[in-house]
Amino acid sequence: MLLTINNISVVYSDVIQVLKGVSLRVEEGQIVSLLGGNGAGKTTTLKAVSGLLKPENGRVTDGEIIFAGSPIHNLSPEEITRKGIIQVLEGRQPFKYLTVEENLRVGTAIRFGKPYQEDLKLVYSYFPALLNRRKMKAGYCSGGELQMLVMGRALMAHPRLLLLDEPSLGLAPLVVREIFGIIKRINEEQGTTIVLVEQNANMALQIAHYGYVMENGKIVMEGPAEELRENPDIKEFYLGVSAAGALKSYRDVKSYRRRKRWL
Amino acid sequence: MDFFLQLLVNGLSIGFLYGLSAMGFVMIFKSSSVLNFAHGELIAFGAYLFLVLCSWAQLSLPLSFLLTLAGCFLLGFAVERVFLRPLIGEPLIFVIMLTVGLAAMFKGSILLVFGGNLHTYPDFLPPWLGLTWGSVSLQPVYTVTLIIGTAFLILFGLFFKFSSQGIYMRSVADNQRAALSLGVHVKRVFALSWAIAALVAGMSGIVLGIINGVNVHDLSGIGLKVFPVVILGGLDSIGGAIIGGIIIGVLEALTGGYISPSLKDVIPYIVLVFILMVKPYGLFGQVEIERV
Ligand SMILES: Nc1ncnc2c1ncn2[C@@H]1O[C@H](COP(=O)(O)OP(=O)(O)O)[C@@H](O)[C@H]1O
Ligand SMILES: [Mg+2]
Repeated sequence: MLLTINNISVVYSDVIQVLKGVSLRVEEGQIVSLLGGNGAGKTTTLKAVSGLLKPENGRVTDGEIIFAGSPIHNLSPEEITRKGIIQVLEGRQPFKYLTVEENLRVGTAIRFGKPYQEDLKLVYSYFPALLNRRKMKAGYCSGGELQMLVMGRALMAHPRLLLLDEPSLGLAPLVVREIFGIIKRINEEQGTTIVLVEQNANMALQIAHYGYVMENGKIVMEGPAEELRENPDIKEFYLGVSAAGALKSYRDVKSYRRRKRWL
Repeated sequence: MDFFLQLLVNGLSIGFLYGLSAMGFVMIFKSSSVLNFAHGELIAFGAYLFLVLCSWAQLSLPLSFLLTLAGCFLLGFAVERVFLRPLIGEPLIFVIMLTVGLAAMFKGSILLVFGGNLHTYPDFLPPWLGLTWGSVSLQPVYTVTLIIGTAFLILFGLFFKFSSQGIYMRSVADNQRAALSLGVHVKRVFALSWAIAALVAGMSGIVLGIINGVNVHDLSGIGLKVFPVVILGGLDSIGGAIIGGIIIGVLEALTGGYISPSLKDVIPYIVLVFILMVKPYGLFGQVEIERV
């Protein structure tokens, strides 16, 4: 196992408990998808791994996080990134006043002083759209380009474990398809292990090997992606398809959600 | 007309100096949102360190200059490590109050060691550095200011535009959280901003010491000028700091020459108020890129 999360609890500001005993395992070389609705605790789980809870006054109060054999739940983001874990933040957070290429160069921070030209080439080969924009300020890029930029920026760091937080958020379906294709290629060609947080379960389960479903700060279901895809609850709940195969309206799904709780 | 040109030239070069020292102030603000009320004391530190090295220890001029810059750099670094770092994450107002305390501490220590009298450097600038066009002349010290200032500006421009460390520093100013997620050593960036700010402040201190003599009250008072300068230029704009500095310097010189030297320190503030009424973010304040 590359990453093992053992029964962790996370508390913000010492009082707001968000995660209640989450356990999760990520095998090297796989794409593991973490699904769940808004506020389920997906982002918090990623931040617990990457160490980014600290600046938000969050803390792992219980349990342990083991990466490549050593515990990391007490380390700072500076240390964790240098072990090879890079989180791509939710909502695309570019450096708006830096050019696209300067944004990419920030990805070399954990190996300052080493050459990076080859890495730039690699990133541009995955995201050719960025090449035409390299001298443009990132703040003027489109949403799809920004998603490519923040993923490319993370790739510059040679991550062993890449944590992607809702890459499809707010993007057009065609762009989402393209980006998920690239995520799959990065996983296959670079051997990068990926944890993919998504609300778009349909897309995520198409490229993931394994999946977890989270609700209210707990894991409520897990299994190989193909099993989850076929699971009637998941189908109805997250894919918006009822047993009869008809697409359910958003409102129906919502009311269904209110009635039924996992566990 | 000649009188006007003379004032303009003097104002420009002294303003350039204000701008440079304000640049350091802006750098700290941009990276960590801290307003440094001890900026004037950093300027004074540079001036006194140079005094010690050059006049008392009798070191050669270039060596004293370089050692002073190095000393200021280290001081800035140390101030961040020792005093500011423990306060990271605390409300900003505490941090700003801390810089007020630091200012008092530095000023007190300097007074303790050097007293409040005016010290002067030996007259070391060769007269050929003075330039003359017709009846307008540039004193040697102003020539030096322009040369050193321009050199610093170009050096920093290159550093921030092209070097990796410069790009990391800008990334922290731009989006601290994203910088952290990529492993940028944010605390190191803070320390580096303080070090560079202190270095530039120290450099200004030396030049101001050559122009006006070395006195802790005067020098730390000049530190207060960074406020109109950076507010005018836009708190977050390094280029704005330079131009804001030049505007304030020229206004001061013209006021001193045409109206009254005693109004010199007041008029810039009055102009400042008017400009801010028209452009509340300063002349060059960063316009938020909306599209994201
Ligand atoms: N910094 C914070 N302080 C307090 N509560 C937070 C903080 N961040 C998130 N939360 C709360 O934690 C819960 C889970 O949030 P999050 O992990 O962002 O969920 P998700 O990513 O699944 O939408 C939400 O109820 C949210 O309000
Ligand atoms: Mg989230």
